[in-house]
Amino acid sequence: MFGKLTLDAIPLHQPIPLVAGSFVIVAILAVLAWVVIAGHLPYLWREWITSVDHKRIGVMYSLLAMVMLLRGGTDAIMMRSQQAVAFHSEGYLPPEHYNQIFSAHGTIMIFFVGMAFMIGLMNLVVPLQLGVRDVAFPTLNSVGFWLTATGALLVNVSLVVGNFARTGWLPYPPLSELTYSPDVGVDYFLWALQISGVGTLVAGINLVTTVLKLRTKGMTYLRMPIFCWTTLASSLLIIAAFPILTATLAMLILDRYFGFHFFTNEGGGNVMMFMNLIWAWGHPEVYILVLPAFGIYSEIVPTFSGKPLFGYRSMVMATMAICIISFCVWLHHFFTMGAGPNVNAIFGIASMIIAVPTGVKIYNWLFTMYGGRVRFATPMMWSIGFMVTFIIGGLTGVLVAVPPADFLLHNSLFLVAHFHNVIIGGVLFGAFAGYSYWFPKAFGFRLHEGWGKAGFWFSLIGFYVTFVPLYAAGMLGMTRRLQHYDVAEWRPWIMAAGVGMILLVIGVLCQIWQLVVSIRHREELRDVTGDPWDGRSLEWATASPPPAFNFAVLPDVEGEDAYWAIKSRAREQGLLRSEPEYKDIEMPRNSPTGFVCAFFATIMGFALIWHIWWLVALGGFGAFVTFIVFAWRDHDEYIIPAAEVARIDRANREVRLAAISHARSPS
Amino acid sequence: MTDATLAYGRGDPYQLHGGRPHEGPASKRIVTGYGFWIFLLSDIVLFSCFFAAYAVLLGQTAGGPRGSEIFDLRSVAAETALLLISSFVCGLAMIAADVRNQRWFQIGMAVTGLLGLGFLALEYREFAGLVGRDAGPTRSAFLSAFFTLVGCHGAHVSVGVLWLLTMMAQVFAKGFRADIMRRLLCFALFWHVLDIIWVAIFSVVYLIGSAA
Amino acid sequence: MNILDPHGPIAAANKTILIDSVAIMLAIVVPTIVAIFAFAYYFRASNTRAFHLPNFAHSGRLELVVWSIPTLTIILLGGVAWIGSHELDPRVPVAGTGSPVRIQVVSLDWKWLFIYPDQRVATVNALTVPVGAPLQFDLTSASVLNVFFIPQLGSMIYTMNGMVTRLNLRADQEGSLQGLSAHFSGAGFPEMMFDVHVISPLDFPKWVEATAKSDNVLNADSYKQLSQQSIETGRPTYRLDDPTLFNDIVTLRIPPGPGPQLTDNLAKKGGALNVR
Repeated sequence: MFGKLTLDAIPLHQPIPLVAGSFVIVAILAVLAWVVIAGHLPYLWREWITSVDHKRIGVMYSLLAMVMLLRGGTDAIMMRSQQAVAFHSEGYLPPEHYNQIFSAHGTIMIFFVGMAFMIGLMNLVVPLQLGVRDVAFPTLNSVGFWLTATGALLVNVSLVVGNFARTGWLPYPPLSELTYSPDVGVDYFLWALQISGVGTLVAGINLVTTVLKLRTKGMTYLRMPIFCWTTLASSLLIIAAFPILTATLAMLILDRYFGFHFFTNEGGGNVMMFMNLIWAWGHPEVYILVLPAFGIYSEIVPTFSGKPLFGYRSMVMATMAICIISFCVWLHHFFTMGAGPNVNAIFGIASMIIAVPTGVKIYNWLFTMYGGRVRFATPMMWSIGFMVTFIIGGLTGVLVAVPPADFLLHNSLFLVAHFHNVIIGGVLFGAFAGYSYWFPKAFGFRLHEGWGKAGFWFSLIGFYVTFVPLYAAGMLGMTRRLQHYDVAEWRPWIMAAGVGMILLVIGVLCQIWQLVVSIRHREELRDVTGDPWDGRSLEWATASPPPAFNFAVLPDVEGEDAYWAIKSRAREQGLLRSEPEYKDIEMPRNSPTGFVCAFFATIMGFALIWHIWWLVALGGFGAFVTFIVFAWRDHDEYIIPAAEVARIDRANREVRLAAISHARSPS
Repeated sequence: MTDATLAYGRGDPYQLHGGRPHEGPASKRIVTGYGFWIFLLSDIVLFSCFFAAYAVLLGQTAGGPRGSEIFDLRSVAAETALLLISSFVCGLAMIAADVRNQRWFQIGMAVTGLLGLGFLALEYREFAGLVGRDAGPTRSAFLSAFFTLVGCHGAHVSVGVLWLLTMMAQVFAKGFRADIMRRLLCFALFWHVLDIIWVAIFSVVYLIGSAA
Repeated sequence: MNILDPHGPIAAANKTILIDSVAIMLAIVVPTIVAIFAFAYYFRASNTRAFHLPNFAHSGRLELVVWSIPTLTIILLGGVAWIGSHELDPRVPVAGTGSPVRIQVVSLDWKWLFIYPDQRVATVNALTVPVGAPLQFDLTSASVLNVFFIPQLGSMIYTMNGMVTRLNLRADQEGSLQGLSAHFSGAGFPEMMFDVHVISPLDFPKWVEATAKSDNVLNADSYKQLSQQSIETGRPTYRLDDPTLFNDIVTLRIPPGPGPQLTDNLAKKGGALNVR
């Protein structure tokens, strides 16, 4: 009846997952209870859960990422503290827990923090920057988000029901095959990623179509903000790379569920094929994460330097070069597998070549500051912190791309330090930079600067105190994923990294407190004009938060840095362009399709993990019916009347005009 | 406010010299078709992974049968014929839809669907026969890759038939509405791409496999 | 286990390449980082004495420089990588004094088996080699992936079931070193540390002689016992009974290691496996 699922799957006899799981459940129930009792449920359902507005979906993606960051961060705390105590001892986490924790940490941080945060910011900003009203497929966008949330949910369910994979964040066979991992852990990983992978693919298709086909009048390719370019590159990588992940995991699923022989030891299976396939996805994945972050820095540095971006063409070329070369380097993840020297050298050199366009980007940001008037607001602090940190991460990255050096450093804590250096220093700093930069656009008030800067400094210093010692431990031969160790020379470095972890935690707490303080003081931090940073691209040309339709009339773009051009002219003439003729606007109607779909996907995923076949059929049928019902609807749009549009736009024009006259008077 | 800034207000700081004018967002029909094309590209990447796995595992028979011992080219030729004709009929149905001819559209789609089902029946017979002869997917890595690649195509055809039935019902109930026409466009693209993939399977799996 | 303190020629060469690469990169990385701080500080908004170029966004000459600097660095480093990859190919034999020692390495769950086919002995979790002699390793795995790594001798390499990888090393100083697995392999992974004893060429035959007197015999049966999932705290030694054992493991004539031993009840449970 319930497949492999029995009461034993709930870890009643294991205190750590039980306490952690109960805490999460109680927290979720408390939030749900508060929502229902306070009567917010109808509002949430109407305005958020069923919303197909790209801004709302972007915010929900980012929120999911931040919540998952806390989960993944908790895993990190447990790993650092376990290694700090597990010297000549077992520590407090037995292998069956410790091995789940590092697997979950990697999975969550890559798929549900990095990806979710980046897709969230792209969703929020790209249509605004392109000067249009929504993404290409608004309802699918909602489906994509909810499927991502399903994946995140399944990973967290494994905390309470059964267990998660104990194989590392990429389930290398044969360890992940049924022979060596007979329990449901790997199945949780597989189905969570298959489901959220569909969501990611949908988001990628949506964003590519949006950038290529939905741009306002005059927004030629070479007038797009760099963030749109990096979104395009990142989404193209999603479309080309995620099917590889889907296929690879499907093969592992067939091995585990039906006894196929893709990667097994017996029957002629080939383990090296898994490594090649998974990294053919895995390396582009790194650039899927970091390219949007590069785009974010390319928006922030010009804004806070008061100058256009230096070397726009170089930036575009560099972005697209990275996009293509990222598919030619995957073998550097296993130089030590014994491939010949020609193969190793070619992939090593290809990997180094990526450093060229990346270096160009660094120099372009550097020269953007040259001759500028640099304002050190929080987003700019993150950007400068990123530039310095990322260079160091790049250095160590190129170092491990030299095969003979990698022969000493592969899989060591040096490698761990390297990819945290680029992912924290590149992606996470970028996410925080984008968060503090676009928060006022999304919510209409700024974040508190003081707490934001405190968060930045703790994170930056915490990062170095954590990971520089890990570089050192790696030089001392310490490999990753050790549940305990007896080597005395590693100990001091591991202790130092533990101290750094504490600083990182304080950094995160500062940012949480920043949000609380900012919401409390939102009236003082209010952004009335919609342009709090003196921005240059079109998202600043509308109110904060933007109305559902984004722009009353789609802007007409006449040059690069579209909004800066409009703003400069307005300042020059002391008035805005004459009031446009307002028309009725058609907007897509909200739809519960995404949520209902994800509901059935969750049921189906859970049933597949536990081999409850009737429930699988039920979930699949439910999802199919949902699609039919969605396809049968007759009204998918609603009208915002011209008068309403005019009322909203006139209010914003008034404050903008006031701001312009204010800007003119001192000069 | 310096003169330089003012000049920049209309300027070309990156020296890109304009570029061709852009007319603004594309129509819904173009956006939908374009997005679906991109989805199909991603689907082709998915298939290419299974093709790659098949190529890698071709020789890994683990003492089981090789391709030349199990492929029945006559049955495969019949499958190919069914699928290619179904694509042609699907094209006819789309022409009927373009001229808003409900009857011929329904007939065309029905024939397309029947041909698709015929294809699936032949494939099922082939698979069942192999499993019966102890040449199922669990026999060897080569057979795992074979069943997965061909089976993935078969699963696509099955989903296509379900979609086809849905479209017939939709057109019957709601007529040739603009949004339904867009969906028909996507369906037709999907059905034709399945043909393209089948041609690749026919050449790579069956023809080369029979020689091996 | 410091990789900057090599005890053999391979590790020393690996280290030299590592240091050279870092030095080449520091030559551009340090000036760039300094420039970032300098530009950010000098062009701060409050510094009204700094010159102001609000439209400076394009300079062909500067962009040429910006592309050239990283390109030149990478050309230089690419040369290092190309030459290094060929010189330090793990399959290339290492010169040394005395006759080469062949060692067959099998990674088991969760211990290392070292077979000396020419000496007809085998050891678990302790590798004994003569100083200065070329060491020729053939490596495979009984079950899952592992990486064989002695940090101070250099060049790690994967062990994979059904496949053989080759590695050539040499130890130049007598003494004890430590080796480990550098790829996660399951619950007992941290226990996959092993001792490396580098002894004088005169002592090596004595050690072989002593080991060959061991009561333990390694053949297909005792190997099967050994390939069960377990942790080995001692350092057992064996007389090698079956010189084709390694070949039988690689060709799967001896089936792969069995994985966790579960009763049906446990397998259904899917809960935590108490391996330790």
